[in-house]
Amino acid sequence: MESWIPLLLVLIPVLPLAGAALTAVLGRPVLAGRSHLPVVVGIAGSFLAAAGLVLAIHGSLPAGANLPGAGDSVNAGYERTVDLWNWAVIGGAYHQPAGPDAFVMRDFRIDVTLRADPLSAIMLAMVTFISLLVAVYSVGYMRGDRGYWRFFAYIGLFVFSMTMLVSVSNFLLLYVFWEAVGLCSYLLIGFWYERPAAAAAGKKAFLVNRIGDFGFALGVFLIWTAFGTLNFHDTLGADGRIVAGVLGEARLEGGSIGIGGGTATWICLLLLLGACGKSAQFPLHVWLPDAMEGPTPVSALIHAATMVTAGVYMLARCAPLLLATVDGQMAVALIGGFTALLGGLIALTQTDLKRILAYSTISQLGYMFLGLGTGTVLGATAGMFHLFTHAFFKALLFLGAGSVMHAMGGVVDIRRFGGLRRILPVTHATFLVGCLALSGFPLLSGFFSKDLILVAVHERAAESGSTGLYQWLYWSAALTALLTAFYTFRAFFSTFYGQKQIPHEAGGQAHEAPRSMLVPLVVLAVCAALVGGYFEVTHGFADYLQQTPSIAYLARQAPQPAATGGHREVMLTSAVIALAGIGLAAALYWPRRSAAADAARRAGQAVGFYQLSLRKFFIDEVYQVLLVWPGLAVARASDWIDQRIIDRLVNFVGRVPPAVGAAIRPVQNGLIPFYAVGMVFGLLVLLAAVLMGWGWLGT
Amino acid sequence: MTLTSPPILLSLIVFLPALGALLVGLSPKARDELAKQIALAFTVLVLALTVYVAIPAPADPGAIAPSGPETSSRFVVGAGQMQRAFSIPWIESFDIYYALGIDGISLPLVLLTSFLSVLAMAASWSISRHVKAYCVLFLLLETGMLGVFLALDFFLFYVFWEVMLLPMYFLIGVWGGPRREYAAIKFFLFTMFGSVLMLVAILALYFSSDLNRLDKSQLAAAKVHTSVLKEHDPGGPPLHTFNLLALAEQGQAKDSPFSAELVWGKSIQWWVFLLLLVGFLVKAPSFPLHTWLPDAHVEAPTPISMILAGVLLKMGGYGIIRICYPICPAAAYELAWLVCTLGVVSMVYGALAAMAQKDFKRLVAYSSVSHMGYVVLGLGVWTITAQTGMSGDYWKMGMNGAMFQMIAHGISSAGMFFLVGVVYDRVHHRDLDRFGGLFGKMPVYTGVSMVIFFAALGLPGLCGFIGEVLVVLSVWNYSQALAVIAAFVMILTAGYILWTIQRVYLGPEYKGPHGDALRPMTRRELAIAAPLLAFAILLGVYPKAVFNYMAPSVDRTVDALAAWAAESQDPITGAIGSGASAPPGSAGLASLRPDGPWKEVEQP
Repeated sequence: MESWIPLLLVLIPVLPLAGAALTAVLGRPVLAGRSHLPVVVGIAGSFLAAAGLVLAIHGSLPAGANLPGAGDSVNAGYERTVDLWNWAVIGGAYHQPAGPDAFVMRDFRIDVTLRADPLSAIMLAMVTFISLLVAVYSVGYMRGDRGYWRFFAYIGLFVFSMTMLVSVSNFLLLYVFWEAVGLCSYLLIGFWYERPAAAAAGKKAFLVNRIGDFGFALGVFLIWTAFGTLNFHDTLGADGRIVAGVLGEARLEGGSIGIGGGTATWICLLLLLGACGKSAQFPLHVWLPDAMEGPTPVSALIHAATMVTAGVYMLARCAPLLLATVDGQMAVALIGGFTALLGGLIALTQTDLKRILAYSTISQLGYMFLGLGTGTVLGATAGMFHLFTHAFFKALLFLGAGSVMHAMGGVVDIRRFGGLRRILPVTHATFLVGCLALSGFPLLSGFFSKDLILVAVHERAAESGSTGLYQWLYWSAALTALLTAFYTFRAFFSTFYGQKQIPHEAGGQAHEAPRSMLVPLVVLAVCAALVGGYFEVTHGFADYLQQTPSIAYLARQAPQPAATGGHREVMLTSAVIALAGIGLAAALYWPRRSAAADAARRAGQAVGFYQLSLRKFFIDEVYQVLLVWPGLAVARASDWIDQRIIDRLVNFVGRVPPAVGAAIRPVQNGLIPFYAVGMVFGLLVLLAAVLMGWGWLGT
Repeated sequence: MTLTSPPILLSLIVFLPALGALLVGLSPKARDELAKQIALAFTVLVLALTVYVAIPAPADPGAIAPSGPETSSRFVVGAGQMQRAFSIPWIESFDIYYALGIDGISLPLVLLTSFLSVLAMAASWSISRHVKAYCVLFLLLETGMLGVFLALDFFLFYVFWEVMLLPMYFLIGVWGGPRREYAAIKFFLFTMFGSVLMLVAILALYFSSDLNRLDKSQLAAAKVHTSVLKEHDPGGPPLHTFNLLALAEQGQAKDSPFSAELVWGKSIQWWVFLLLLVGFLVKAPSFPLHTWLPDAHVEAPTPISMILAGVLLKMGGYGIIRICYPICPAAAYELAWLVCTLGVVSMVYGALAAMAQKDFKRLVAYSSVSHMGYVVLGLGVWTITAQTGMSGDYWKMGMNGAMFQMIAHGISSAGMFFLVGVVYDRVHHRDLDRFGGLFGKMPVYTGVSMVIFFAALGLPGLCGFIGEVLVVLSVWNYSQALAVIAAFVMILTAGYILWTIQRVYLGPEYKGPHGDALRPMTRRELAIAAPLLAFAILLGVYPKAVFNYMAPSVDRTVDALAAWAAESQDPITGAIGSGASAPPGSAGLASLRPDGPWKEVEQP
């Protein structure tokens, strides 16, 4: 099986790209309503290849050594790389000290290299699977849209970029595809370009991401200066020696990442800024809710399940770097924990179904950051596990919301519809599964993955010598779980229960979605219900993931917190919290016309905090005042300086020669006696100069 | 001498356009179409010749340094030195020679020039007034541009520099927009100002140069004409020269004749460097010498804007890398901070000013100021410091990045000006607030525009990215503060470009006049845009295509300067180029090692 890996690695990104290219060229003139075919087929092939890759890697893993601590043998993890072509090389661009009075010259060399390891394989399988379902769903959802072919071309391009993002083996190329998925996101948010709000949201998403990318780029530069390579994996240098990649075996097996102190912290903080941009973490989370202007399948695919998890993926990949700096870990955990709470608080009061889900995504991504921020192997595994399960249930919820919008004529305001469970029975059932999974209802997938994160934080908090930060984060995460359950079911009950209410946009013929939309919903619902439990029982996910070099390093090097035995308590607590949240939401929103519930809701709205949450803590407004306006003002000032000062100065200089000419023109008055007098005076001056010994005049 | 020998072929490249101009001049009156066709045919012919030169020649040793006269003009890829160079007496009494040659620095720019000339000529079909004169001037302009990039004699370089100036003046002043006369005279005076300073510098160099200080092998390497070799007499009276390679050899010699003090305690080369720098930075254009550019661009007709942004701006960068640095290394080292600072200021300032523009073309013009700032910055990074023992190797990255950025900007800026021209031809205004909704009316045009604008934005996978990343990465090692500012510019760039896209292409409907004139692109327009589009993508996906040609020569230039710095490094202070010659035995890269110079000081 192992010999298939190179081929599979290449096929996974190439098939969607080929589909996208085909659709882009033939979509408008030839394919028209069948424009989805190349892309759907391409993604399906890509998914099969990704599934094959997961199995191929699984079959190649060394047997026996796969449980951390199972034996004395060092478990370095598994990786395979495939070199495609050399992208750029600048000779001798780095001087690496190699002893007291010698140094090695290193090339700045970027190869297009794809890698296969468990982390990449999981991401690839997840991304292509969700993409396939979303693409199938879009066949129904986007039918009849003027830009049908354009939509599928973009989707194909996105799947290509995203699969490349998780399979490249180099920080610079990671950055390249990081931007490429950002571009796809930009194009798809602004897909309905004629809507000003969509165009503005696309721009905002790209710009906010650029701020993150700015940090990411600086982080990459710092990695280059610190390591002299940007490769994850080891390579053979021109001198025949192994160049240890940043995250390669040669470095990781040595038991040290090779940097520490300030450098490690700075690298992690800068990468974190990049991750915050892409994964919509505070303070760069503001773009994601606006991104809901895009078509709903896009929200499900890019802005919930796949692209926004790129930041989590990167931090998991860089887990060894994170391990080198406790400050970095705490920063990641703090950002994650805070964002989780912030997202939950804002989601409480939103009335736009998609925005509720968007803030929920922000919040859940915060959980993943929190898990990675513990710096333990359990935390990293839990973060990735939550990423995995979240992809299913959040994609499900968004597609469900899309189905609701489809029936409601595009209306997303939960105040304007209600009691839809009989009209949309399949959507209702699958949406319920998604909501339960998201709220952490016992035995559904979200329950297990969120629970693992809480356990990881709990263990880290119990660790001796740990600051109180993690204890606080644990309580905040638990509170967030309560909020999650509440806002999820608030949306659910408002939509599907209570008095039947259908907006006029639906045109009086609200109906369940076509089969192409329902099949993905059902498949996702089954996954959302079962994947968590399956992997919880089999331990398959954790064991597999820990064969990734980065995670394996964590397993060996990270301090293993003593088992506190609190696992069951944590599990019980979170189950109770989830049920409490659901119960509260049911009490307030299920019986729509109950006087007591109305009174309670009104009382809640009277609290000042309600307004704060509704207005998203005014973060957008603060940015507008602090960043956008000053930025534009400086731009205008530059323009003013250019026109009024520099250019006037230039024009002034231009006017000097004519002015001088005009000033001395009277001298040329044509009177011979005047010239004669001038000559005499000149002679006198020269004579005086010579007599007084001003030698320099003479020579 | 065969047709493919360098003196013939390189001269053909330079003078074919002039010949074409003559032919156009002789063509019958009132046959505008014919004039355009002749002009286009000649630009295509020149492109074919330059492409022929760029076809890699077999890399046998004789191809680079032949014993007899060369018969092939094809470029040897992977060799860094000046190739296919020749020297023919022109004004011998003043040591002026007609000397041309190609290396990895000039060849990509020559290709860019001939490539953009074809596209710009094809874009000139909308010119309807004085077509014959237009074609004549256009072709003369091409001769000037190609001559500048190929000339190896400083005087010849200057002649071509001036040859290029005059047609440009008329092309803006006659065929431009409403304020064309103001813009043309401004362009002319600015460039003239730079030229005069350059002329002073050329003369200063000429009169302080002395070929007798070089040995025979150096003279041969500099492709000095054989008649000079006969006069060569170490110890004899000074033998002045305009030969750029020979001047560089002298500038990098241990006891350079240019290190003599001139005024105010500064050496000849310090002053020369400053004068040349000003001359080249006017062209680049760099803050604060850039204000001619927005005016010139706004008034110039579309094809001339393409040439102006795509080729003329590159001459500034080319002059710095070909002339300033090799000939005046000590001054360059001393003034590296100035070059870098101007580069960064241009980047930030250009981006900010672009953001405030209301005129589409002005916006693109300011984006050029910002993007060319990367070039200046990348060229300026010189990190040879005694403290860290680094050699100029980071600088290689900066210079390669700057060179790549020049090519990439040539593609993207020419593309942007062309695209602005396409929409201007239809609606006759450029007010950014009165566009919108072009996506719906001109989908193909919008698609092409998006790619080109994103290339300018520096999106990875397109041509603008590589140059920027290499420059910023190398600046990181020179000064982290500058690098952070430079990296910050990418946010500003994204800001103004995305805002432009939003205002022009997106939105519900077109808000300006002549809305019904917004027809899809014509075939001719597509044929011009398609090659730009293709190269914007190709260079982003496979930048090595350019680096293969460029890197050896850039590396060679930097290595030579690094070796110079190693030789002239003051062993005690670590200062470079202070005029004191290095102690014996510290020659070569060895002295750059962290303990190199110090060890020798500590020894009794």
